[in-house]
Amino acid sequence: MAIFNLKINRKEFQVDVDPSTPMLWVLRDHLNLVGTKFGCGMAQCGACTILLNGEAVRSCITFVDSVGDKQITTIEGLSENGDHPLQQAWIEHDVPQCGYCQSGQIMNAAGLLKANPHPTDEEIESAMNGNICRCGTYTRIKAAIKTVANS
Amino acid sequence: MTIVKTTFNRRSFIKSSLLTGGGLLIGFNWLAACNTADATRGQTIPDEWFKINGYLKIGENGVVTILSPNPEIGQNVKTSMPMIVAEELDVDWKNVLVEQAPLNTAIFNRQLAGGSDSIRQSWPGLRMAGASARKMLMDAAAKKWNVPIAEITTELGILYHKSSGKKTSYGEVASAAAQLPVPKEVKLKDLKDFKIIGSSKKNVDGHKIVTGQPLFGLDYKKDGMLIAMIVHPPAFGMKLKSFDATEAKAKPGIKDVFSIKTYNDDYKPQWCDTTSFTELVAVVGNSTWEVMSAKAYLKVEWEPFADYKVAMAGWGGDQQITVPAGLESTADHNVKMKAAAAQTGKIERRDGNPEEAFRNAAKVIERTYTAPFLAHTPMEPMNFFADVTDDNAVLVGPIQSPEYMEKTLSARLGLPLEKIDIQMTRMGGGFGRRLYGHFMVEAALISQKMKAPVKLIYSREDEITFGIYRPAYHALYRAALDANNNLIGFHVKMGGVPENALHANRFPAGAVDNYLAESWAIESNISVGAMRAPGSNFNAVAEQSFLDEVAEAAGKDPIQFRLDLLKRAKENPVGEKNDYDAARYAGVLELVREKSGWGKNSAGKNRGVAAYFCHSSYVANVVDVTGDKDTPVIQKVYAAIDCGIVVNPDAAINMTEGGIVDGIGQAMYGQLTFTKGQPDQDNFDSYRLVRHAEAPKEIEVHFVKNDIHPTGLGEPPYPPVMGALANALYKATGTRYYHQPFIKNSFG
Repeated sequence: MAIFNLKINRKEFQVDVDPSTPMLWVLRDHLNLVGTKFGCGMAQCGACTILLNGEAVRSCITFVDSVGDKQITTIEGLSENGDHPLQQAWIEHDVPQCGYCQSGQIMNAAGLLKANPHPTDEEIESAMNGNICRCGTYTRIKAAIKTVANS
Repeated sequence: MTIVKTTFNRRSFIKSSLLTGGGLLIGFNWLAACNTADATRGQTIPDEWFKINGYLKIGENGVVTILSPNPEIGQNVKTSMPMIVAEELDVDWKNVLVEQAPLNTAIFNRQLAGGSDSIRQSWPGLRMAGASARKMLMDAAAKKWNVPIAEITTELGILYHKSSGKKTSYGEVASAAAQLPVPKEVKLKDLKDFKIIGSSKKNVDGHKIVTGQPLFGLDYKKDGMLIAMIVHPPAFGMKLKSFDATEAKAKPGIKDVFSIKTYNDDYKPQWCDTTSFTELVAVVGNSTWEVMSAKAYLKVEWEPFADYKVAMAGWGGDQQITVPAGLESTADHNVKMKAAAAQTGKIERRDGNPEEAFRNAAKVIERTYTAPFLAHTPMEPMNFFADVTDDNAVLVGPIQSPEYMEKTLSARLGLPLEKIDIQMTRMGGGFGRRLYGHFMVEAALISQKMKAPVKLIYSREDEITFGIYRPAYHALYRAALDANNNLIGFHVKMGGVPENALHANRFPAGAVDNYLAESWAIESNISVGAMRAPGSNFNAVAEQSFLDEVAEAAGKDPIQFRLDLLKRAKENPVGEKNDYDAARYAGVLELVREKSGWGKNSAGKNRGVAAYFCHSSYVANVVDVTGDKDTPVIQKVYAAIDCGIVVNPDAAINMTEGGIVDGIGQAMYGQLTFTKGQPDQDNFDSYRLVRHAEAPKEIEVHFVKNDIHPTGLGEPPYPPVMGALANALYKATGTRYYHQPFIKNSFG
């Protein structure tokens, strides 16, 4: 066990966990930020996507001892009032079915738009290809991202 | 208006009062706490609630809370079921809050997510719940104003007495209404007066989902809660022999390691129980990562089991199931299926003289279709919270079949049903997997042993390798054409491991004079269960691919060929037991033909068509494909659907889009294979699901408009698109696709 000081959603947190603990479980079990989801545990589905200094990463393979002083953003901290343009577009397009993968989809899209504010359809498909939606809401996810990219 | 007798009685309301107490229906604080976020939708939470009936309560300010009875699995019933209540109650949807109901068999009918039946079976009950509450509010207003109830009208939560100009809100008379007797009969709205049903309403959990609030079973927490995981045999055909937990127990945060038996030895399993892996090793600790890590240090010995028989309580009485010994491989299954298909099967339906028709045929077409086992892989892995004491059990989590699992839990824990409280969380998908709730029993047994609240979590590998799969299927189709290319004989022989997919009385039964349907099955110890549109999810692909080929051999347009058969089935059906309505079937084909511009707008397009009937609904698809056989691109999918009245149109389109994407993914990539009893795929690096770039570029959905009471929609859009895809791929590549998955070695 070791003490880690983490910067998450513009706040400071301290946790005492094994250094090999993935951020996914630090967030979910130790900090009660359960919006970041467990899907596969091996960076194959994207349900656990968070932003690390603005870049989308898979928290299930991002170990707590590798984070240092980088800024972590989770779905809970993407906006103050749940009104990030992507969150609004997701509601406008009524994207979710079961909803489980959607926080990971939104966080991955946030990473994409930060790096490339006006992606083409192909760039959206390529950037989002690591995020599985088992319910098959892909066409709505793409439409929601395009709404934000075109605004 | 329609006048119906209500099926509520005072007893059910009394029971609901006892359950919830104090006039408040909130019986589970964690879930109720989530509702404060609904303030973001503009509602002001009332200071006081008045319970009108088991489905709803009204605040003094007119805000209405409606309980959604059925499990929410992504099919959006948590929005559409309350919409139906709100319609008959005649309130403004803006003033409605929705809560997930707990399991309560005294108030609610069939709290099950399965069979695409939530709306279909609850349609009358939900309407009555709203209409009877409205009548009680009208009665209260009539008494207050001392006027006949017949002179009271309502509109959007306001009661009017037009001749005197009096008006009052539901909130103002809710207290009085809650004291009144439940009406013996109520008037339901005319369909033409619907305001909420038929207008698109957004997902009631949408804001919570996009802001990451706790909604799912995996998100559930309670103080003092421990985390548990299970270790199951690595292969079907194996059972637990012994284990050494010395090293695992010494790992940080680990509380205990022990074995559990899911059922008592003399227990007769129900349909929602499982035959596979009923003795497990449980690892319990403080946190998920500690438990996951410790699992690797557990030393377990497994041993093969001998043949055994299970008496299972099924829908049609008890069934003797033989679970054979052995470590099975896909290669062996394929050899056995080929041999079985060459034998005569069990005759399930016979019309006319099929043997003679085939003897006299000018042309006989014979084709074989296969599909592999599939895993359900809902995105939220199996999990459940349990807090079991000597006196009662509280279970919270994602389950499609709570009413049935309560019985299993009661038998295993030795607790009466009323001492078991099941609360349903929003489910991160299910697709049938969460009908089989062994994980609830496992969580309960672990909690019982630990004398502490426990959340059981499966890893993705646990979920994919535990069983309850879509069976592996095989179908042999034969068609006889006469010299004028008329279809004079049709023969289907369906089999599978360990079940077949035959629906003997579905189209084209009823449309062909000489028809033969046979079935067979091969015993297996690999456990299977319902997966989205069971049976249909193979039939539609095989049958609709075959009909395409028969139409081609007959020199006919594939849509017209089907319509001609349906015309025959409508005007002069063969046999008496035909499951489908030929006119509605033809209706969706005609609609998809019109909307896709079939024949007119087809030049230069690789188009395939298919149509299928299941879960009381009809769906036809046209699929347009470009690209080559290794990297096909699905440009557009058209869907025409007849599911009766559409409650929530945009959500229905969403579900249809999802079914289409799911169908395309399963047909192209879905495959679970076995080597010596062990699944060859165990996570998303090897078990392939459809991804963003492979989804259709465009999906266009059209519903047939009619006044038929709603039928199924969760499953029907899934099967036919696979057939339409196979037929479009043939146009694009010149190759027929007989064996799923269509894209081989996709991990290349």
